[in-house]
Amino acid sequence: MNRSAIDLWVGIFVALGIGAVLFLALKVGNLVTLDRAPGYRLEARFDNIGGLKLRAAVKAAGVVVGRVEGVRLDPQTYEAVTTLRIDREYQFTKDTIASINTSGVLGEVYVGLDAGGDTAMLKDGDRIAKTQSAMVLEKLIGQFLFDKAQESRPQELKPEEPKPQEPKPQEPKPQEPKSQQSGGTSVGRGAPQGVKK
Amino acid sequence: MSTDTAQRTAYWLRRLGAAVTGGVARLGYCARFLVAVLWHSPHAFRRIHLTLREIYFAGVLSLVIILMSGMFVGMVLSLQGYQTLKRYGSDEQLGILVALALVRELAPVIAGLLFASRAGSAITAEIGLMKTTEQLAAMEMMAVDPLARVVAPRFWGGVISMPLLAALFSAFGIFGGYLVAVPLIGIDEGAFWGQMQAGVDFWPDVTDGIIKSFVFGAAVSLIAVFEGYDSKPTAEGVSTATTRTVVISSLAILALDFVMTAFMFRGAA
Amino acid sequence: MNPHGNDAAALSGRAGSDTAAVELIDVSFAYDVRPVLEGITMTIPRGKIVAIMGGSGCGKTTILRLIGGALKPKSGSVRVDGQSVPDLGPDALYHLRRRCGMLFQFGALFTDMSVFENIAFPMREHTDLPEELIRDLVLMKLHAVGLRGAAQLMPSELSGGMARRVALARAIALDPMLVMYDEPFAGLDPISLGVIGQLIRRLNDALGITSVVVTHDVYESLKIVDYLYFVSEGRIVASGTTAEVRQSMLPFVRQFVDGQPDGPVPFHYPALPYREELFARVD
Repeated sequence: MNRSAIDLWVGIFVALGIGAVLFLALKVGNLVTLDRAPGYRLEARFDNIGGLKLRAAVKAAGVVVGRVEGVRLDPQTYEAVTTLRIDREYQFTKDTIASINTSGVLGEVYVGLDAGGDTAMLKDGDRIAKTQSAMVLEKLIGQFLFDKAQESRPQELKPEEPKPQEPKPQEPKPQEPKSQQSGGTSVGRGAPQGVKK
Repeated sequence: MSTDTAQRTAYWLRRLGAAVTGGVARLGYCARFLVAVLWHSPHAFRRIHLTLREIYFAGVLSLVIILMSGMFVGMVLSLQGYQTLKRYGSDEQLGILVALALVRELAPVIAGLLFASRAGSAITAEIGLMKTTEQLAAMEMMAVDPLARVVAPRFWGGVISMPLLAALFSAFGIFGGYLVAVPLIGIDEGAFWGQMQAGVDFWPDVTDGIIKSFVFGAAVSLIAVFEGYDSKPTAEGVSTATTRTVVISSLAILALDFVMTAFMFRGAA
Repeated sequence: MNPHGNDAAALSGRAGSDTAAVELIDVSFAYDVRPVLEGITMTIPRGKIVAIMGGSGCGKTTILRLIGGALKPKSGSVRVDGQSVPDLGPDALYHLRRRCGMLFQFGALFTDMSVFENIAFPMREHTDLPEELIRDLVLMKLHAVGLRGAAQLMPSELSGGMARRVALARAIALDPMLVMYDEPFAGLDPISLGVIGQLIRRLNDALGITSVVVTHDVYESLKIVDYLYFVSEGRIVASGTTAEVRQSMLPFVRQFVDGQPDGPVPFHYPALPYREELFARVD
């Protein structure tokens, strides 16, 4: 193996390797798309953010317009305070509603923005007034049971316990609701037991 | 207990103690060896063709096994992953599963293990053989330091080749995964790449994988050159050293992988 | 003939250089606790070929390593060209080694380089000579050993004798003042033996170098060397010129020269008495 042949092959090898790294960075990862466009920050407060994580998407009409930059708990009001970074090219009205949604059963949790009809726009540092927290599965089921109990009971009885002969709800028997302290299981997690086919 | 059993236990305890102290002493010797190799490294870069030659033998000649293994691993990941994800209706996440598993974990580790067995053992055998045939002693008598001329280029050849091989393993693995997912299984191509792009971040996912492969490359290269340089100058000694390189490198990769993963991903999810 | 000391110094006839090329004075060496050499005193005068002879494992190669600075003696002094080798710093040792050449047993050629590159190696490492000049020098060295046509072969393609000759050409690549030969005659066919022996003698005289030959081949050595030292179990047991050795009546020298299986160097490895071991009770 003479020297020039070795140099050639090493050069090809290194070029291929760097090419692979670039491929991983750009096509596989999201090096280019992320954090390139300048943005502004909005604050949104929720009672329960469910499974929302840092760097989760912020979408409007299904289009990614920004990322969740920060999540913390307000020690006075016990609300979840999220900081959203929105691309500068998108402006939202002051009466925009921020809600926590899930894409699919096992899908990622993201913040959805529904713009309203206000003429004024949100600026950097503003707070989104109306928010809708994440759906927590146990609360939904508990609420459903409670409502069902309410409508089939005679009026004079105290609306506390459901009658023993209550017809079973349409869904298969749900699990005991998890303890409320841990924030429950949001719809985003999709525990398989609850949704057997 | 009878004196015989007591004697036997004492004997085995002594052997255990000797093995532990011997191992620790060897570790210290290896650390000093690393310092010496680093000290003599400028020579390896002044005579750059020495290092280029070693990159050729360690990196280029490992390409075939790395690329093929990468592709197969990616294909299997895709196949297995699909079976599980389908149960939760999340088969569109297949791209992100394959990419993350490869980039963060499987590429550095598997490429590292393959590198250790192919290139690491070759380096150990070569240096050990040079020691046995007195080539290293001849070099010393000719006032050329074998650490600078023989050891350092091989060490850096390994360190430079390893991250490139791991990246190529990832790339070919993802390509293999794509081949199984889209044409074979029928997952939507846009979903495959789109979900992957959304879920794989350059920082920290890809960079963590690159850092791991650097660390593995350094560990394997150091163990390979050390075992070769320290081998007994007999045929048996070289063969023992070669086996030790593969075994100790593999264990080191897996142990370092755990430590680094625990450190890197402690905050995520 | 002197059984224990050395008269080699008297042989040194060169005017103007009264320091011997190599001097060992009361040198002893041990690997950890196992003693290898005791009280070694020898003088190697300039321009002469001196042989160090002895059975296998008696410490001959260790003497070469001590001279070359690869090992440090436990006690005594090792001087090469007037400098005390164990006390040299890395730079000084480096410079000293550049002036020495060594021929290893079986050659120790670099297997990943061609014959040409093996001989060019010391030139490229230690000099800034341009490539054309190096090429000429390499061809000259190869011509001196008769292998100019083999310049492009790889070491694996050479026979034992040819490899030894290439190693010799490499040892004299930088025109050293001292060349050490470690078992140059081992394992060669009769023709190659004659060739190597002649080359050692001729190069020594033509280039004015000093040669130290470690060997156990008496016949070939007596043909070419000037002075001999006999080493047994780490000590010098005899020394003398070739004429003195041939006529010596010392038992050790006679056993060595005549090739007797038994004598001062015993045939039997130390063991229990034969009768006792054969008829020993096995408990």
